[in-house]
Amino acid sequence: MLRYAVKRMLGALPTLFLIITIAFFMMRLAPGGPFDKERNLPAQVEANLNKAYHLDEPLPQQYLRYVGNILQGDFGPSFQYKDFSVTELIWGGFPVSLRLGGLAILFAFGIGVALGTVAALNQNSLTDYLVMGTAMTGITIPNFVMAPLLTLVFGLYLSWLPVGGWGGGGIAHSVLPIVALCLPQVAAIARLTRGSMIEVLRSNFMRTARAKGLPERVTILRHGLKAAMLPVVSYLGPAVASIITGSVIIEQIFGIPGIGRYFVQAALNRDYTLVMGVTIFYGVLIILFNLLVDLLYGLLDPKVRYD
Amino acid sequence: MTDTAIPPGTAPTEEFAGRSLWADAWRRLMRNRAAMASIVILAAIALASIFAPWLSPHPYDEIYWDQIDAPPNFALGHYFGTDSNGRDLFVRTLYGGRMSLMVGLVATLVSLVIGVAYGATAGFIGGRVDAVMMRFVDVLYSLPFIFFVILLTVMFGRHLVLIFVAIGAISWLDMARIVRGQTISLKRKEFVEAAVAGGVSSFNILRRHIIPNTLGPVVVYVTLTVPQVILTESFISFLGLGVQEPNTSWGVLISEGARSMETTPWALIFPATFLAVTLFCFNFIGDGLRDALDPRDR
Repeated sequence: MLRYAVKRMLGALPTLFLIITIAFFMMRLAPGGPFDKERNLPAQVEANLNKAYHLDEPLPQQYLRYVGNILQGDFGPSFQYKDFSVTELIWGGFPVSLRLGGLAILFAFGIGVALGTVAALNQNSLTDYLVMGTAMTGITIPNFVMAPLLTLVFGLYLSWLPVGGWGGGGIAHSVLPIVALCLPQVAAIARLTRGSMIEVLRSNFMRTARAKGLPERVTILRHGLKAAMLPVVSYLGPAVASIITGSVIIEQIFGIPGIGRYFVQAALNRDYTLVMGVTIFYGVLIILFNLLVDLLYGLLDPKVRYD
Repeated sequence: MTDTAIPPGTAPTEEFAGRSLWADAWRRLMRNRAAMASIVILAAIALASIFAPWLSPHPYDEIYWDQIDAPPNFALGHYFGTDSNGRDLFVRTLYGGRMSLMVGLVATLVSLVIGVAYGATAGFIGGRVDAVMMRFVDVLYSLPFIFFVILLTVMFGRHLVLIFVAIGAISWLDMARIVRGQTISLKRKEFVEAAVAGGVSSFNILRRHIIPNTLGPVVVYVTLTVPQVILTESFISFLGLGVQEPNTSWGVLISEGARSMETTPWALIFPATFLAVTLFCFNFIGDGLRDALDPRDR
C-alpha cells in the first residue's frame, strides 16, 4: 500500500507540472500587468519595479526562476498585498477555508448517506419521492443561486441568521455558507447512496446476514452500508473538487476571509504570484484528496489490490 | 444500442413491422411524463427567449428613469419589474435566456466535436496511441478547470465567442471517454470487420460505421453537458467575468439581483427561477433519454 501511495504521488508530478506551466503562461500572456493602475507610473519607477520583481527578464527565464523557487517552497511576494508573501496569504486563509470546506464535506457525506439509505429502504414510497425530489432540486440549483436565496429567506425574511460577514467564524455566521456549499453535494451523495443501496439490499450476502438471524438494523448498518459506500467514496474526489470551486463563490458572497476570495480579485489585478499560488495549492489539494480516496477505497473493498 | 431493434438474421414478419432503435426510444420517452413535461417547458423558455422582442413592449437596454427598481407591474408591461438601472427585467431575463441557451448549445457543440473525434480516434487506433491519448485525458482531468476558465476569460478580455469556445474546450473529456469505450466495443463487431475486409479506409470506417453507432450514449451525454455548460457560464458571469453590459445572461442577472435582494427581491427571484427550471428540465430530459435508450430496459 505504501508502494502504491508513493507510485501515485510520483504519477501526480506531471499533472502538477502541467498545472504550473499552463497557469504561468496563461497569466503572463494575458494583456496588462500587475502595476497597471488608473494613473500610469513614471517610466523609471515602473522599470525599477519590473526589475525588482524580475519581470524584465525573458519569459522562459522567469519561468525557470519561478519553478526553481517553488521547488524550494517559495511562492514569491504578492503584487497586490504588499508586504505579504503568497505563502503567508495562503496559510492565513487556509484555516478558514478548511473549516468551511471540511464541515461542508462532512455534512454532505453524513446527511447524504443517511438520506440515501432512508430513501432506499422505503423505495417508491412517499419518503423516497420526497427525498429524491429534494435531491434533484439540490443538484440543479447552483450554489451561487442557493446562497442569495437562503440569505433572503433566513437572513432577511425570518432574520434567524446574519445576512453576511464572517463574524470571526461564529456558528451563526457559518451556518448559511456551509449549507449553501454542501447542499449540492448532499443531493448528489444521497442519489448515489440510494442507487447502490437498492442494489446491495437485493444481494446474496444481505440475505445470508438476515438468514442467520441478525437484526435488520445491524444487517443494514454493518453489512449493507459498507458495501453501498463504494461508489459514494469514489465520488468524494469530485465532490471535494466542486466544494473547492464553490468556495470561491461562497466566500465572495458571504465575505469570508478564506483563500477562495483571493482568486478572482488576484486574476483581475494580474497578481501573478498569488493566482499561481492559489491554483497550485488547489491543484495539490485535489490530487492529494484523490489519492486519499483511492487508498480508502482499498480499505473498504477487499477485492481491490494495489500493485 | 449498437444494432437496430431487430436482431440480424431475422426477417421482419408481416405483423411485426421493423422498429428502429430511435422509434423505440422515442416511444419510451413519450411515456416518461417528467421528461415530456421538461421538453414542453424547455421549448416554451427557448421560444420565449427567441421571440423576446415581440413579447414585451420594452427593448432590453432602454432605461426608464421614472421606473428604477420598480416591482412587477402589469399595467406598464414590466411583468418582472425593473432593475436598478430602470431596465425592464422581463425582457432582460428572456435576453439572458438567449445568451445562456446559446452558450449551452455552442459550447456543447464544441465539446461534442472534440470529444467524439478524440475518443473515436483513440479507441479505433488502440494500442500505444490510445494509451498515450487517454493518459493525456487523465492528466487534464485532475486540473482545476474552472480556474483555467477564469484565467482564460481574464486573458481574452471577455470576448464572447472565446468564452463559448473555452467552456466547450474543457467539457469534452467525459465525452471522449464515453466515445472511446463505445468505439472499442464496436471495433470488434462483424460489420466493421466486413468494412475493413472490403477495403474501406480507416477514416471512412470511423465516419460511416463507428461514430453513427456511438450516437445513443452521446445524445444522452449531450443533454447532460448543456446544463453543466450553462452553469459554468453563469458561474463566470456571476463573478463578473463573463458577458458584458448591456448584454446579459442569467448569471449576470442573478449576480445583480443578489446584490440588491434586500430591496428588490424580484430581480433575483425571476432569473434564478428561469435558470433553475432550465437546469431541471435538461436533467430530466437527460435521465429520461438514458432510460429510453437503455437496451436492458426493453
